[in-house]
Amino acid sequence: MSSPGGSAAGVPRLELRGITKRYPGTVANRNVDLTVMPGELHALLGENGAGKSTLVKIIYGVVGADEGEIRWQGAPIAAHDPASARRLGIGMVFQHFTLFETLTVTENIALGLDDQRDMRALRRKIDETAKRYGMALDPDRYVHDLAVGERQRVEIVRCLMQEPKLLIMDEPTSVLTPQEVERLFDVLRRLADEGCSILYISHKLGEIMALCQRATVLRQGAVTAQCDPRQETSASLARMMVGSDVLAVKRPAEHKGEGEALTVTGLTMEPDDPFGARLDNISLALRKGEILGIAGVAGNGQTEFLHALAGERLAPRADAIRFDGKPAGHLGPAGRRARGLAFVPEERLGRGAVAELSLADNALLTAYLDGNVGAGMVKTGAVRHFAGNIVKDYNVVCAGIDAEARSLSGGNMQKFIIGREILQKPRVLIAAHPTWGVDVGAALTIHEALIRLRDTGAAVLVVSEDLDELFEICDRIAVMSHGRLSEPKRVADTNIDEIGLLMGGEFGDDKQAGTHAAT
Amino acid sequence: MPRLRLEPRAQASRLATYLSPVLAVVLTLIGAAVLFAILGRDPIRAYQAFFIDPISTFYGAGELGVKSAPLILCAIGLAIGFRANVWNIGAEGQFILGGICGSYIALFCEPMLGPATLPVMFVAGALGGLIWAAIPALLKTQFNANEILTSLMLTYVAQLLLNFLVRGPWRNPQGYNFPQSKSFDGYAVIEPWISGTRVGLGTALALVAVAFGWFIMSRSFLGYQIKVIGLTPAAATYAGFSAKRVTWFCLLLSGGLAGIAGINEVAGPIGQLLPVISPGYGFTAIIVAFLGRLNPVGIVLAGLLIALSYLGGEAAQISLDLPVAVVGVFQGMLLFFLLACELLVRYRVVVGQETAQSAA
Repeated sequence: MSSPGGSAAGVPRLELRGITKRYPGTVANRNVDLTVMPGELHALLGENGAGKSTLVKIIYGVVGADEGEIRWQGAPIAAHDPASARRLGIGMVFQHFTLFETLTVTENIALGLDDQRDMRALRRKIDETAKRYGMALDPDRYVHDLAVGERQRVEIVRCLMQEPKLLIMDEPTSVLTPQEVERLFDVLRRLADEGCSILYISHKLGEIMALCQRATVLRQGAVTAQCDPRQETSASLARMMVGSDVLAVKRPAEHKGEGEALTVTGLTMEPDDPFGARLDNISLALRKGEILGIAGVAGNGQTEFLHALAGERLAPRADAIRFDGKPAGHLGPAGRRARGLAFVPEERLGRGAVAELSLADNALLTAYLDGNVGAGMVKTGAVRHFAGNIVKDYNVVCAGIDAEARSLSGGNMQKFIIGREILQKPRVLIAAHPTWGVDVGAALTIHEALIRLRDTGAAVLVVSEDLDELFEICDRIAVMSHGRLSEPKRVADTNIDEIGLLMGGEFGDDKQAGTHAAT
Repeated sequence: MPRLRLEPRAQASRLATYLSPVLAVVLTLIGAAVLFAILGRDPIRAYQAFFIDPISTFYGAGELGVKSAPLILCAIGLAIGFRANVWNIGAEGQFILGGICGSYIALFCEPMLGPATLPVMFVAGALGGLIWAAIPALLKTQFNANEILTSLMLTYVAQLLLNFLVRGPWRNPQGYNFPQSKSFDGYAVIEPWISGTRVGLGTALALVAVAFGWFIMSRSFLGYQIKVIGLTPAAATYAGFSAKRVTWFCLLLSGGLAGIAGINEVAGPIGQLLPVISPGYGFTAIIVAFLGRLNPVGIVLAGLLIALSYLGGEAAQISLDLPVAVVGVFQGMLLFFLLACELLVRYRVVVGQETAQSAA
């Protein structure tokens, strides 16, 4: 890898001064200063919406700042775009990968390079680079065959090919198992030892304390603290990030649950899109009065399983999915709702709510069986009353029930959707990534609401990539990997490492041994 | 350097939503003035001939109601479909089929049906348009065939079918070989309701359709489903709304309304089946629907304006010696400016310095 660029010690690799970026109606970055030294592992810490992504987009030249100055190795940068950023030696691994599924690893990397190269030489170089940092990567495999962790390696190798002096990693661990996270950290530490600076963006405190030497904390677009995370506790870091003490959900007494509310037996479904995951002989018994978590790395069949449970895709056999023992696999979403199922989807706007409609209209989206519609007519008064109750009970911060859904923050919209589903008194609630991208306060409200629902005897299924969240609220946890579902384990009887191994696909139990067809 | 920039609005502007069609009309009028000037006509006199003279008489004002009725009938149905992303472009064909099916009753069943003839004609007309629209609905829901293409292509089939009938089996034997049917008579003719004009049943039906459209879209659960499907199809899937059912409803409704407009035109203003029974009402209704912002009340206003452009075009041919193509140019300009002004709903124009790039 490149030497520290020949710069004298003491000259920062990257320096931001007074960066301000305004968007209509909001200030994303307010007078931000940031200094990254050569070979430094620097964390950029903040909640969702704190302005981290905007700031790194400015550094990488994707958007321009309204005010402020960027200095690279002591010299100011004038015109700035991603191509010139790459020429300077800035590499970035995005949270959402930018790979073509139908091309091989080598072809994908060739597309990202600014100068054309001989493909065979490139292939050799990819192999060398990957080996050098201990990353297993076959240059000839097609990207759609790769697991998420492997895809991330493609992105990293693509950056390393350009011998970067600064590598920006945007929330890199959200798609990795705990063991993969460790391997990634080894790579990043080696890079830093060789003089490459790393700007590591995350809201996961544990990772930052384990990896980084310095941290810059953002809150509502402004820098609130600079610190050495190794000297801090997660409580003190969280306080800098959130601005107040963070309350943890009181871990509820474990519920055993009794009687099966939702039973899935031997559910096998082919994906309807060529890059989707196949559901492979999934069986699951969700009991009344428990919260069952499904962990797993994204893209292992969770989306397909959620759609199958919600009835957006019908099961091949009616009795593959049963509610209260009665076959329901043949019912569509409305039919399942009529049986007492409620559902919190993965995407908030664009699936769980309609951005352009008011909160009152969005309340009706799934609550049309609850006396809000009579003889084909919308009972406007009842709907508005219902929407008002959601806003009141779940502390939804909004301009009123006539506010458009898109005017709400992610956390408030999620509270509204969770509230809408729970206030319909479901007997089974399926929640996908219930706190993804929401702030700490909203996450707390949502977790408490899920536990309260469980305590009323309803069955709750939570699908999440956030292991901390699952261990916090679940009674049992199962793992989804390659379209298969592991045997659920009691939270008290397992730990993050064991679940992490399962997420890597090492089920090893004889029950699944006969169905090793996946992947 | 000061310059104009477009900046996305945080929220769609309600004011701009209503102002943008008004602005489009103003721009069209300016464009029309330029056009008149280029053609060597005094713009003020041309305006008067185009927009004032046609409705300065009692009869002329009544013609506005007559011409706007088919436009409004078609546009109401289309607008409901457009809200649900169901793009029925073939209202012209459904209009023609409505005319054909209603005419069958008028030509062959009138003696048998007696006073029931007219109601049966309208039922047949509605069914004709409805069946013609059911073909794209079936192709869409069964084979996912694009309804824009299928409904548009069926329009040409409908025109050829009409041509075949008036030149072949339905031609008036006493008509000196002109390609036209017998004139409707007896119970098959729609009499004007207001003497001195041709205003009658059609205008009333258009108003009923407007009320019905308003009711569906703002009060019914079906209208709610239509809105959700149009705005966010994934949310509709999640909620369990059936996109197929809504596709069927929208196509059948717009087809039926276009069919009613068709038989009303044949039995009222025209009085017999001709090779051409519509000056493009079904297509122009698309402009009316958008000019009216897919809103029933807006559609009434838009329908009146476009009807005026038809009347003005006819008047301008006579008094200003302008070609009839002026009407098409006028309507084209209107649609063009309308789509352009649409931008202002989501974006605002900012005058000012370019923002400083990172470190200038």
